[in-house]
Amino acid sequence: MPDIQTQGTEEVHPDVLLVNRAREGDVQAFEKLVKQYDRQVFRIAQHITQNREDAEDVVQDAFLKAYEKLDQFQGNSKFYTWLVRIAVNESLMRLRKRRTGRMVSIDEDVETDEGSMPRDLADWGPDPEMQYGQSELADILRKTIQGLPPGFRTVFVLRDVEGLSTEETAETLGLSVPAVKSRLLRARLQLRERLSRYFRKNKRDGAK
Amino acid sequence: MTCTEFIAQLDDLLEERVSITLRADLEEHLRGCEHCVITMNTTRKTIEIYRSHELYELPNALRERLQKAILAKCKKC
Repeated sequence: MPDIQTQGTEEVHPDVLLVNRAREGDVQAFEKLVKQYDRQVFRIAQHITQNREDAEDVVQDAFLKAYEKLDQFQGNSKFYTWLVRIAVNESLMRLRKRRTGRMVSIDEDVETDEGSMPRDLADWGPDPEMQYGQSELADILRKTIQGLPPGFRTVFVLRDVEGLSTEETAETLGLSVPAVKSRLLRARLQLRERLSRYFRKNKRDGAK
Repeated sequence: MTCTEFIAQLDDLLEERVSITLRADLEEHLRGCEHCVITMNTTRKTIEIYRSHELYELPNALRERLQKAILAKCKKC
């Protein structure tokens, strides 16, 4: 993460300086922001949409929308979380289109009871991922997270993969802090439960 | 403390955001409940595995193409 500069007594995040320059028409300043965050936006979009073409479109459209709306960026949140909010909305919109117009929102399927209490209580070995090659493991992890409802998947990705705080995740998704915490817990427990079938001790055959 | 009460505090425990008193209660529960020990350890491992594996890398060629497309559109704004 870039160093924080100080202006007088107030700390100014380097992104804010780049945003200010971009607002004045300096496209190179915006290019720096694109290069800083394009990987993260792609990852988030791919996790939510589960579609490579859609993720590519989201990266382009999210940055373009951000550029067009730079005047609306208040500076009271991080540029990154503001950008992620745009990317999440674009991703959900595309997910909806893929599902032939069926409504997809951050609230979808979150009323399920699955994952509220652990059922599979088998222990894992000390390094369960070592049972698999890198490519096989990546397939398992992708397949497992794809099975989560979008509302859980998005919270888990923002909090645990991208490292946003609970408060930033809540702000980004327009949810309350307790709602984020509740969904995160259930997402983690559901993932754990589903991974158990691959990682439990002496259950290498479970990967089928 | 019941298992349900323990699970409700699991995230805060994993993120070390519990008070000393609550931590003591949670640890007391763990001493007598193997199931919750397993749930805690495997949940922690779940998070670690997802954090440490890049599942959707943006290949350099695609990255450059996207950057060019974005900046070309920005210049037209």
